[in-house]
Amino acid sequence: MLGPQSSLVMYDEEYQRILLLLEKLLREANSKVIFLVDKNGQLIAATGETANLDTTSLASLTAGNIAATGGLAKLIGEKEFSILFHEGEKDNIHISIIGGRVILVVIFDQRSSLGLVRLRVKKASNELGIVFEDLVNKTEEEAISGNTPSPFAEITDDDIDNLFN
Amino acid sequence: MSFINYASREINCKIVYYGPGLCGKTTNLQFIYNKTAEESKGKMISLATETERTLFFDFLPLALGEIRGFKTRFHLYTVPGQVFYDASRKLILKGVDGIVFVADSQEERFDANIESMENLKDNLEEQGFDLDKLPFVIQYNKRDLPNVSTMEELSNLLNPRQVPELEGCAMTGEGVFETLKAVAKLVLNDLKKGS
Repeated sequence: MLGPQSSLVMYDEEYQRILLLLEKLLREANSKVIFLVDKNGQLIAATGETANLDTTSLASLTAGNIAATGGLAKLIGEKEFSILFHEGEKDNIHISIIGGRVILVVIFDQRSSLGLVRLRVKKASNELGIVFEDLVNKTEEEAISGNTPSPFAEITDDDIDNLFN
Repeated sequence: MSFINYASREINCKIVYYGPGLCGKTTNLQFIYNKTAEESKGKMISLATETERTLFFDFLPLALGEIRGFKTRFHLYTVPGQVFYDASRKLILKGVDGIVFVADSQEERFDANIESMENLKDNLEEQGFDLDKLPFVIQYNKRDLPNVSTMEELSNLLNPRQVPELEGCAMTGEGVFETLKAVAKLVLNDLKKGS
């Protein structure tokens, strides 16, 4: 499992696997939008009707939401609340935690139902959990072998200064 | 912590603005938001009370440009400064890559600065961080006001580690981008070291 303080690294291969799983969940759960967020608020992947959505803000607020309810959980002696559900007039949001660190968000309307979403999310969570485990192993292996040098290994002060010009 | 995405060639870092209530954390973010080109910024989110005090956090995503072919994004957060929002404050520190401490230079806020700095250390420890090892800069804000402590006094008190420190006036924007640049530089250098 990913530790809370380790950097998250995403590679092409795992990213494609994740996207395929999210697209499958999108179809099977009859949902509108699905996205994955790191618990720190970074958007990992999104699929569905995202064109008019501010996914960056959604990611940050989702993580804030999970953090706040996690704080509530601890106060009453729970480890965390692993599923959150927000019901709107038209659209609903189903939020769940995968593998302790990643947040899966499913937005759906009356074409689907909470029961269907819960069922499909449960199955997809297991599959996504496996990908993230693979990702952690790969990151550790890469770190040991040094096959993929970090893009930041050779940055200079000039590179950094240029960002602000 | 930072998120390196080889698939979309992006790197995301999280910077948190910390400090006592009404020291100017939100004002720092607002100035950055107002002065940044549309294409480089996302929406600024403020979860605030009806009297515009920060309730949970402010959030501003910034895209600074590319380094070695990687889009560099910084997510700026503020914490609520008021003492009784401590539970919320802790949550914002999760996964932080760099910290800006905004001190209120006014003499009457001297103790509030100390209290907030101690609180920052405690809350970081709870999350498994050591402030001495994190990219960290201090901004002495409100230097334009008449009743301010001297820079020397503030520095002696708040900056024993001698991290980069800057004078600021967040209302007019003085020192705001310099502060952001200073912390961004430390964060990116940290990534370099960690690689």
